[in-house]
Amino acid sequence: MSTLTHAVALTVGSSIGKKALVAVTGAVLAGFVLGHMIGNLLIFAGPDAINEYGHLLQTMLHGMGVWVARIGLLACTVVHVVLTVQLTRENRAARPGRYGYDATIQATRSSRTMIFSGLTLLAFIVYHLMHFTLRVGNEYATYKTTLHGEQVHDVYRMVIDGFSWWPASVFYLIAMAMLCSHLSHGVSSMFQTLGLSTPRTMGTFRMVGRAYAALIFGGNAFIVLAVWFKWVH
Amino acid sequence: MPSLFRNFYLKTSMARTLNLHLKIWRQPGPDAGGWFQEIEASEIPETASFLEMLDIVNQKLISVSGDPVVFDHDCREGICGTCGMVINGVPHGPQRGTTTCQLHMRTFNDGDTIWIEPFRAKAFPIIKDLMVNRSGFDRIMAAGGFISVRTGAAQDANALPISKEAADSSMDAAECIGCGACVASCKNASAMLFTAAKAGQFNMLPQGQPEKHRRVLGMVKTMDEAGFGNCTNQYECEAACPKRIGVRWISKLNRDYTLAVVHDTLLAPVGKGGGEG
Ligand code: SF4
Ligand code: FES
Repeated sequence: MSTLTHAVALTVGSSIGKKALVAVTGAVLAGFVLGHMIGNLLIFAGPDAINEYGHLLQTMLHGMGVWVARIGLLACTVVHVVLTVQLTRENRAARPGRYGYDATIQATRSSRTMIFSGLTLLAFIVYHLMHFTLRVGNEYATYKTTLHGEQVHDVYRMVIDGFSWWPASVFYLIAMAMLCSHLSHGVSSMFQTLGLSTPRTMGTFRMVGRAYAALIFGGNAFIVLAVWFKWVH
Repeated sequence: MPSLFRNFYLKTSMARTLNLHLKIWRQPGPDAGGWFQEIEASEIPETASFLEMLDIVNQKLISVSGDPVVFDHDCREGICGTCGMVINGVPHGPQRGTTTCQLHMRTFNDGDTIWIEPFRAKAFPIIKDLMVNRSGFDRIMAAGGFISVRTGAAQDANALPISKEAADSSMDAAECIGCGACVASCKNASAMLFTAAKAGQFNMLPQGQPEKHRRVLGMVKTMDEAGFGNCTNQYECEAACPKRIGVRWISKLNRDYTLAVVHDTLLAPVGKGGGEG
């Protein structure tokens, strides 16, 4: 067996290997979510700040940057979702007979609903991309503004309009709650799966996971609420 | 009689008795269907262990030509890991760090309903009633849960220094009695806690180093093939473990597995000098 096929068999072909891939791709996605949120918070710095940021992303590396990021994120998402669905199916198969008396000792609610929160997030990502990236069923693509004498995309107006329709805002808030739950187990779980946690650091990682989840939820929900209550307009 | 002894005598001889409603899983054989049989257990002394309570129940069943409840047990002193059943949804019952044989009826109250079921996992097929086949664990052990010792004169004890920390840590892992409660309590029927403890006890010590990578890869592969689920870091295992094996061993196994993969795929093919460790 060649070294490469051997390496693939040991990772994708084993429980720990698959989980490690889920952890690494999860780390990339969790990092992205933070960067994405920080960028979006520029909305509070006024139209020019966020529009310039949007323009920068679009034109980075002569427009290549955004595609590198997109392809990378897509690859991480596919690996993360495919492996977790497969792991979940194996887990269900490993316990064919259910307990007559079902009890949980210390597993958290978020840890028990990972596949549910995860698949809801997947649906949300599809919706979110259609909403703001592919701009299906809206005229956001025509929103333009001038920045330093240059025609750029008006991200600011797009966000304000996007969240002014309340069903969309509600769905965003629900999705952020799901993300919060997903991260609160996922982030600390990552350290355990990659073998980085020790008895001394385990408690810290748990706290870090919860704080990270709360931060992401707070920041993103704040944008939606700010538009909703017309704090930014 | 001195009053101290008299009090002790009175306390132990006037043990409370309990009347319990049991719901016990009955399954005639591996391929047969199962059901919960309702049994009234009356006059159970609170000093009885859980298994002694089942002995009393079985005695009554036998006296009316009934089929006694089959369950596994051996040492009955919490060291062999043979006993094990799921009591009200928790393997080994409600008392933390306690095997079923060491669980006493004083933990329960008169009139309680107690659900008694076998460990449920695809990798632990039910043999009869509460008895399951845990040979999956034996296969994991055979795949690396040992160190190879060549024959010859025993070396001087001081020739192999081991830090106290490493020795203590290894002993923590070695406390695992292989009961299977971790699998039974895991939402995914994963055997990670058991495998991690059994690999970890050797991976901590110098004697375990030469076969470390081979051990980790072999035990994990066998664990996967036996049909256990995948760990999702919910730590139900740790809470149910009668020996309180910590999930830090799982973290260590994850780490050792990554190192073993790197060694096996990158270092070994180009011929790393020296031992495998
Ligand atoms: S780790 Fe604990 S629960 Fe699992 S087999 Fe060992 S002693 Fe039993
Ligand atoms: S019978 Fe040996 S541990 Fe319970």
